[in-house]
Amino acid sequence: MSNESNSGNGGGKFDQARRNFLRGIGLGTAAAVAQPAWGGQTFQDTFADFFQKDYRRMSAEEIEAALERIERKAEARYGVEIDCQNTLPQPGVVYGYAINISRCKGYRDCVHACVKENNLGRDSQVQYIRVLQLDQGDFNLEHSDHYYEPETVPVEGKHYLPVQCMQCDDPPCVKACPVEATWMEPDGIVVVDYDWCIGCRYCMAACPYWARHFNWTVPEIPAEEMNTNTHYLGNRPRPRGVVEKCHFCIHRTRKGQQPACMEACPTGSRIFGNLLDPDSEIRYVLANKQVFRLKEDLGTEPKFWYFSD
Amino acid sequence: MTVIRFIFDSVREMFRGPREYFIWLLALGLIVLFGIWRYSEQITEGLVVTGMSDQVSWGFYISNFAFLVGIAAAAVLLVIPAYIFDRKDVKDVVLVGEGMAVAAVTMAILFVIADLGRPDRLWHMLPGIGRFHWPVSLLAWDVLVLSVYFLLNLAIPFYVLYSRYRGREPKFRLYFPFVVIAMFWAISIHTVTAFLFSANPARPFWHTALLGPRFIASAFASGPALIIITLQIVRKLTSYHVSQTVIDLLALIMTTALQISLFFVGAELFTDFYNEGAHAASIHYLFFGLGGFSSLKAWIWFALALNLTALVILMIHPLRRKTVMLNIACVMTFIGIWIEKGMGLVIPGFVPTPLGEIFEYAPTSVELSVAAGIWAFGILVFTLLAKAVIAVEQGKLSHQSPQKQRYTL
Repeated sequence: MSNESNSGNGGGKFDQARRNFLRGIGLGTAAAVAQPAWGGQTFQDTFADFFQKDYRRMSAEEIEAALERIERKAEARYGVEIDCQNTLPQPGVVYGYAINISRCKGYRDCVHACVKENNLGRDSQVQYIRVLQLDQGDFNLEHSDHYYEPETVPVEGKHYLPVQCMQCDDPPCVKACPVEATWMEPDGIVVVDYDWCIGCRYCMAACPYWARHFNWTVPEIPAEEMNTNTHYLGNRPRPRGVVEKCHFCIHRTRKGQQPACMEACPTGSRIFGNLLDPDSEIRYVLANKQVFRLKEDLGTEPKFWYFSD
Repeated sequence: MTVIRFIFDSVREMFRGPREYFIWLLALGLIVLFGIWRYSEQITEGLVVTGMSDQVSWGFYISNFAFLVGIAAAAVLLVIPAYIFDRKDVKDVVLVGEGMAVAAVTMAILFVIADLGRPDRLWHMLPGIGRFHWPVSLLAWDVLVLSVYFLLNLAIPFYVLYSRYRGREPKFRLYFPFVVIAMFWAISIHTVTAFLFSANPARPFWHTALLGPRFIASAFASGPALIIITLQIVRKLTSYHVSQTVIDLLALIMTTALQISLFFVGAELFTDFYNEGAHAASIHYLFFGLGGFSSLKAWIWFALALNLTALVILMIHPLRRKTVMLNIACVMTFIGIWIEKGMGLVIPGFVPTPLGEIFEYAPTSVELSVAAGIWAFGILVFTLLAKAVIAVEQGKLSHQSPQKQRYTL
């Protein structure tokens, strides 16, 4: 746990002496009890965290203070100085994704890039993307192999189906949440406020794509592998006991970059873009390819399509 | 202030009694403490100490929750004959039934809280300072109906007993409207709990319109089973009069409910298996296993055997009228429904996952211990409530002669 970072990121509302005093208390208790869930932070931060409002009702200043607390917490828990931002959605943008399943060879480079990019717990083995291996001609998910490990892929006679959050336009998970801790942003991304979620996991029961994952314990991330470019609604280190999910790399895509899974794909199977831009590649695919969606009959309106050449 | 004296006298009554009574309270208290101790493990380590996973994200806690809401709802089976049909014999014991409803709702709520990843954030549900996602979220509905049901089942007996305490007749027009509300509310708590599951097209096993009716039918079998046993214990341990006609009535209700419940199970089995599609994968897992995994198979067949045997006993009149046989049928039904509506309903909903993965679940010792603690707490709550109720009903506690009489159990 580092003391320096705290002075670096302080809010400036309280005078230095008082803050030092409070920090002293906090350090003492944290060292003695070592609470994993709260990450050994100061009393003042613990107090502010407890009474933190939900994201959509916080003022700009409150969000700023929350971001600073997140940074201090990460420093205390992982010893890494992260940059947590709150990049807002771009106007006139709704994101969509399409995957060319005839190109996907099952390399799982997307899976591994996602784990690193999004600071996913290494010990808990949470992965936002699952690549399913199926027999050629078979599309029954119950016959799929989730844990295929052959010497080389692709395996003759098999095809591959990557599945992740479909960012449904009528998301059943959002309806399920009893405290409105998950919602769809104006750019179509379904996000979770990790500081508001109570961990009831009803959204996990409601999701038809198994896209939601729970932090059964504090996610373990090696300090040297921490991605320090983070977002409040995205890849910041998560607390224990809350649900998380794919957020289309919100910290990248809102700045005009590609999601990490697309960047990592060596086969060019993945196409991501703005559904509202008629000149975008994703719109070209939707207009010119035979696209389909997974479990479309459930009426959740996924913004995630599959197609083949 | 008579109200305060009433509460004070009642609480005092709860902690008076012979030595055996205190041993009973102490034993329950110790199990509660043991549960709290194991729960502290879950608080410090996280839900990782349970057997739950991303694949099977609800387990033993939610199973018990679903079952207990049914027990709570079943109190209505005493409320209706007592207040609507004005049956004197049922009226004598209706408050005991309502005490059971309070205890069952308490347990149900505790099971949900035990299941939460962040119990420290429970206040996020409070309307106003939190965000209560009502009326959209079914879980918000469930919190609402359970809380109101809890209050109704506290308020009505409180008023009736307080009137008795003051030596007055409770005013019919004052409490009757609440009784009517409580009747409909009882059905609502279990319907909403069923809808909580059946609302999810993502889980074909739960996504059936039959789930609500199934929940009610099985609750009206398991609830009376528990009430019948409890009333006999009350009759044996206290001088309180429990008429045999009440037990006969409950046994008859239970017989019918169990018939309907088993018919529903059959309807479900036929629909899923006659033309077996992907929809049937979970029920196949439950009854026959799937892909080499079958940890629930023995349990569900055991439950089915218990329920069928109980039904045979109940349907043969001479057998049902034999107290021993009736009690055997009650125990069988209670355990049978507990398995069927608990683990037998919740777990297969997650197996296979929506992506077709088969991953099994078994509760850990932490889950079993916490559950034991919650059950013990519920039984403790019921014991204390019943103790006070019986004392007031027998006129041992009253405004005029407080604490004068010698205590007799």
